[in-house]
Amino acid sequence: MKALRRLFLIPALVITASVAVLMSATASAAWQPKKPIEFIIMAGTGGGADQIARLLQGLIEKKSLSPRPFIPINKPGGSGAEALRYLKDKAGDDHVVLVTLNSFYTTPIIQKNLGVDISQFTPIGRMALDTFLLWVNTDQKDITNLDNYVMKVKKAGKNWKVGGTGTGQEDSILTAMMESEFGYKVTYIPFPGGGTVAKNLIGKHIDSTVNNPAEQNEFYRAGKSKPIVQFTEERMQAFPDVPTARELGHDIVYYMQRSINGPPGMSKEAQDWYINLFKTLFNSEEWQKFCVEDGLTCDQWVAGNDLAAFHKEQAARHKALIEKVGAAAITGQ
Amino acid sequence: METILVSLGGGLAEAVQPLNLTMIIIGCVIGLLVGAMPGLGSVNGVAILLPITFLVPPNAAIIFLAAIYYGAMYGGAISSITLGIPGASTAVATVFDGRPLAQQGHADKALTAAATASFIGGTISVVLFTLFAPPLAEFALRFGPPEEFALMVLAFATFIGLGGDDIPKTIFSILIGLVLATIGLDIISGKPRLIFFDVSGFLHGINFLVLAIGIYGIGEMLWTLEQTKGQVIVHKVQTSFRAMFRNIRDVKHYAGTTTLGSILGYFVGTLPAAGATPASLMSYGLAKTFSKNPDSFGKGNVAGVAAPEAANNAASTGSMLPMITLGIPGSPTTAILLGGMIIWGLRPGPLLFSEHPDFVWGLIGSLYIANLFTLLINLAFIPVFVRVLTMPFTILAPIIFTLCIVGGYAPTQTMHDVWLMFVFGLAGYLLRKLNYPVAPAVLAIVLGPLAELSLRQSLLASQGDAMIFLERPISATCIALAVALMLYPSVRRLLERRKRAAATE
Amino acid sequence: MTVRHAELWMAIATILLSLAFMYKSTDGLSIGWIPGTGPGSGAWPFWLSTGMLLASLWTLVRWFRGATPEARSSEVYISRETLVVVGTSAGAILFLLAATHFIGMYAALLLFLLFYFRFIGRHGWRATTLLSIGIPVFIFCLFEWALQIPLPKAITEPLFYPIYDLMYS
Repeated sequence: MKALRRLFLIPALVITASVAVLMSATASAAWQPKKPIEFIIMAGTGGGADQIARLLQGLIEKKSLSPRPFIPINKPGGSGAEALRYLKDKAGDDHVVLVTLNSFYTTPIIQKNLGVDISQFTPIGRMALDTFLLWVNTDQKDITNLDNYVMKVKKAGKNWKVGGTGTGQEDSILTAMMESEFGYKVTYIPFPGGGTVAKNLIGKHIDSTVNNPAEQNEFYRAGKSKPIVQFTEERMQAFPDVPTARELGHDIVYYMQRSINGPPGMSKEAQDWYINLFKTLFNSEEWQKFCVEDGLTCDQWVAGNDLAAFHKEQAARHKALIEKVGAAAITGQ
Repeated sequence: METILVSLGGGLAEAVQPLNLTMIIIGCVIGLLVGAMPGLGSVNGVAILLPITFLVPPNAAIIFLAAIYYGAMYGGAISSITLGIPGASTAVATVFDGRPLAQQGHADKALTAAATASFIGGTISVVLFTLFAPPLAEFALRFGPPEEFALMVLAFATFIGLGGDDIPKTIFSILIGLVLATIGLDIISGKPRLIFFDVSGFLHGINFLVLAIGIYGIGEMLWTLEQTKGQVIVHKVQTSFRAMFRNIRDVKHYAGTTTLGSILGYFVGTLPAAGATPASLMSYGLAKTFSKNPDSFGKGNVAGVAAPEAANNAASTGSMLPMITLGIPGSPTTAILLGGMIIWGLRPGPLLFSEHPDFVWGLIGSLYIANLFTLLINLAFIPVFVRVLTMPFTILAPIIFTLCIVGGYAPTQTMHDVWLMFVFGLAGYLLRKLNYPVAPAVLAIVLGPLAELSLRQSLLASQGDAMIFLERPISATCIALAVALMLYPSVRRLLERRKRAAATE
Repeated sequence: MTVRHAELWMAIATILLSLAFMYKSTDGLSIGWIPGTGPGSGAWPFWLSTGMLLASLWTLVRWFRGATPEARSSEVYISRETLVVVGTSAGAILFLLAATHFIGMYAALLLFLLFYFRFIGRHGWRATTLLSIGIPVFIFCLFEWALQIPLPKAITEPLFYPIYDLMYS
């Protein structure tokens, strides 16, 4: 009999315990993650977005900001198409967030049958704006400014090789923008990853590239590559002597946003918790230092509805850009 | 030269400091275990332990991560030999002879050969790294798309002898590997290709591991089940110190292929696009082509284990070169190492050597020490690994199936890939019963993407002129070597026939 | 089915597969040579699948001529005995994968191992239970705890919350 009672006692205990767990979860007002959080990166290992995600993960751990860890998962398939679809399918899940590139805007426009509407995603916060510069090998001594760059490219025509990270990526859009602004046509050669592009520029397998500062900085410091023009609104602190395209009378301004977004239908409480977390990270000394060193712009914290408005504006801008230069100019065929 | 020795001495002294030495040993053990699990590789170990390293100073941290990297390279051979499943793409070639050796009861021999060859490969490459880092970095820069394509042609040429005796089936196997590799996004046109039924899982392409684990894990297991009729089979193994020393002394029989593999591995590893996988495959192909007894390869030749293992370890050191000198990762793992260095405020690039010599030489020093310790730890564990094979098959089989499934899930974390792996396993089993060779498909899926991309990049650059491959000295040399390699077996056969004819006269 | 028949059916299957790849390679992609840029995005898969088709046809021709040892073999391709041994294992894996979608990988693994050890391996209950629980626990510790790779849990997810409480507190 005693044994029988003990037998009943075990399930009873388990039930009480699980009810208690459930109660405590609903009782506390502030939302807290209950399991490890999937930190989806819409690009491959080693790229800019990946570095940022892993840095943020490290900082969260170091500062013990979250009771559950953030687990970076790379989903680079189809220029982020796979990541976007994954997030869409995770609608209503409070334990998954996405680190974005600009393919967040362009991929749904170019791959029409993807069926993803980014305005439904839950905006959390914008961590940084990445910038672009036009780079050439230092050995090209006759290129000193934008004018003689354009002249040389026009003369070379299709023989001028511009390297990039892939058709449909940010730099290919920027290259297409330059082609339509200056009225030349170049050969665009895609490489997997900005680092490989940089190496091919130094090895003289390509003639020029639009790279993020982070990818060229070391070669620049070693005197192997030089920036010709920057595509920002104002000159960056790190490149005080390089003119912006706008100063020279060409209205080409282009940024890449690095933001954190949740799946559609994330609960308000969870969204607030994430906003709070990433705001703390944004304002941390480590993050701001990383931004300065990597040539990222991190002046303004944009979160929640403001980020949604920013996304809306950027998506519209990318749509217009792609229409203007023609999707064909970007997709190459 | 003298300055190099002084710097190296400083680096070694740095590496043997108690904290760093502890880091090396823990790192080697973790790497060994992670590498031995099919589906998990140094990428997992390095990526996940990155945050932990915030707790220790940067030098110790990077040493720790490098030790994991090294350990995992050794570990890959363990699952290739004992379980017959390549744990990482770098260990594919190790399966070809490692698995037959284990089945014949010589797992200890294969494991010892793998460990010693890895050590030799690692050591040769670290020495090369120490002496020739800057000039080699310059040389690596000269490799553009045409050179990469020529290198791929050379890699394919080394496999000529790897196919089966049925020519159309071998061709089919190579081609299906190449076609499967094109699934996913084409970065040149920016368009998704071969996305069957709009399944989003195809967008990331077919990971090499999915095919390899499917064919070698599930397919091979089903095949073994058929052979044994599900009966309990226990391999006979005995391990003793004497046997181990004898095995180590056997190194002299394959010292030539090991050295060749090490040097080849190092050079191929330093090229940012290539890395350890093509290096180990090429090394295996060359060892077979130039062997006195090429027919014994694939049936349990120890040199067939030593050659790829020497090359992949050498290449893993080699792939640190572009990372450190150019800031360009040669493999996903070095990409994460690179991320780690950036987080610690160390900027890999042309200036790292001059601005942070302590760090660079500390790392190089730790490579020497890590290599030595991994060898010792590995040798010590061989009896344990061999013991795995003595388990009854009805216990081993479900464990291997379990490892395959979780291992297939780990790299991309989608069930889609696990299902694909299962399908490949079944298809591989059915094809194998009809004498279709499966190894060429696995090789092709590894090298296919590189070959196609570099071919199309080159043709873009030359505006469609194929002469670009012959006009550039490095690529022309590679292509000439490839042609020579392709002709070599038939020329040799011709010469032998003539010699035999002369002898009988 | 004899090996001879199996070889014929396999050749037909590989021909169909090649045709499917060829068809899919033309789907919105260019398979020709684009002047000035080299092969189009569909060219590599298209022409290689054409090669697959030719290799399969070659095998078919050899089958008709009886040139391969398989084409002359009248042995049984998959014997009844093999079907039982291999089929149950493959079926068990199939169940494991399908069940993962509903009850998560850990629960599915438990059932798979239980079935395998007890009914295929005919091991004692003690060893069966020990291993069937021990292996998933080991996998959990390695993946979730050490490597931080979460495996799918489906409806069993809430059962893991208390474990997370223990792990991260």
